[in-house]
Amino acid sequence: MSNVSIIGIGQTPVKEHWDKSLRDLAVEALLAALKDAHTEKVDALYVGNALSALLGGQEQLGALIADASGMRGIEAFKIEAANGAGAGALHVAYLAVTSGLYESVAVVGVEKMTEAMNGAVTAAVSLAGDGDYETMLGISPTAVAALLMRRYMYEYDLVAADLAGFSVNAHANAAGNKFAMYPRAISRDAYVNAKMIADPINMLDHAPYADGAAALILSATDRLNGNGARAVRVAASTVATDSVSLAARHEPLWLSAAEASAQKAYAHARIAPNDVDLFETHDAYSILSTLQLEAAGFAERGRGALLSRDGDISLTGKIPITTMGGLKARGHPVGATGVYQVAEVVQQLRGEAGKNQIADARVGMAQSLGGIGATAVTHILVN
Amino acid sequence: MDLARNWRLKNQRYRLEGNACANCAAKYFPPRAICDNCRGADFASFQFSGRGELYSFTTMREAPSGYEGNLPYVVAMVKLDEGPMIEAQMTDVNSDELKIGQRVEMVTRKLREYGENGTIVYGYKFRPAVNGSGK
Repeated sequence: MSNVSIIGIGQTPVKEHWDKSLRDLAVEALLAALKDAHTEKVDALYVGNALSALLGGQEQLGALIADASGMRGIEAFKIEAANGAGAGALHVAYLAVTSGLYESVAVVGVEKMTEAMNGAVTAAVSLAGDGDYETMLGISPTAVAALLMRRYMYEYDLVAADLAGFSVNAHANAAGNKFAMYPRAISRDAYVNAKMIADPINMLDHAPYADGAAALILSATDRLNGNGARAVRVAASTVATDSVSLAARHEPLWLSAAEASAQKAYAHARIAPNDVDLFETHDAYSILSTLQLEAAGFAERGRGALLSRDGDISLTGKIPITTMGGLKARGHPVGATGVYQVAEVVQQLRGEAGKNQIADARVGMAQSLGGIGATAVTHILVN
Repeated sequence: MDLARNWRLKNQRYRLEGNACANCAAKYFPPRAICDNCRGADFASFQFSGRGELYSFTTMREAPSGYEGNLPYVVAMVKLDEGPMIEAQMTDVNSDELKIGQRVEMVTRKLREYGENGTIVYGYKFRPAVNGSGK
């Protein structure tokens, strides 16, 4: 068990922020987190972001955001791991505190995507794939997810509607999240009849790209400075990788990086899957939640989708997932997503999740993926 | 744009050239520097036949910029007869007629054009095997 706690969280609404820049969003989330932690400054800042160069014409986000948030001078830089960037930044912050180098560290995940045209956004997110053997052939992450979903349905004799429960659950939960992009329920029929993007993946299976920022303040647990009551301990922070291209994987339908990072996280936290009270999955597509539930030990191989059919993933189910709406309905500002997931776990463990509160939540897990599972970052938090 | 990059990939794009581990004979496309099976580092180049079977497929209806002109296009994962998987676009096909497991074969087609000069990039795509079995 580590000596690191999260003592502050901040989130901006996830939506099309036409009136706010990337810098504005990052500062808004950071200042909210600092206020929540009852502090004004930290020793270092790590920024999770995937696309600022391509879509915003801006790099060197560390120095930029440290200055803009009133912390000019501190150590700061950006972490990139495609849509796993935010969780990757949290992992680096965790290392900085556990190393003893710093007592308090901030993480902000930020992404600004809605200023670009759809084709440019699709091209930008496609850089998460293997440049020579996927991206240059016109193969987007959605296409890769579609290849996985079709094969999964073929091998386990399912139809797309068998996965509808993931999206239905995410949207139902988003209705209780004031930061969510689509806070309203959808029906199974709406999912089944949604416009196709890359069959079998349709509009209601694909998390919407958006603008947003979320921030966390980490502190060495023996230096909580009066923040003890609201502190949530980081019991594990682990990262594993797989091949970037889907074709190079030993078993395409098995997310080995997700399995490895989850297993390491269980070992560090000294818990088992059945100790987990809620699991924030990386539901950029329903097939990813499906495969993560299997890789992290909540379902047998080929049985992950069935958890969505029988209500096991709902707020009162056996393993609640995407409890505040997930990527699908809270919205998916890609490099910020991993930080939103952890902020939502903190809300649950503090008992501040409102009508989405999981009863007696004590252990929460979040797993963020870069690309279609090439990077997997797992965090386990304990109250 | 990307002229050297496209030139560098010519053996993979036009001939499906990968490599084979000198120690354990595992075959790779694209070529690797370290064997994923035995960690050997001694390789000989290996040209794949371009024949295999369809592992999965999808029809894209939204494309990255630069590829919109091809929409809708079919993307597939193919298990090559020599073992490795490969991702590629499909051509000469009606996606309603595709079935997982069917025989497919590699052909050379235009991947895209770009730049003011309309530079054309060629590479591999796959199509249903013309003579049935494709063997």
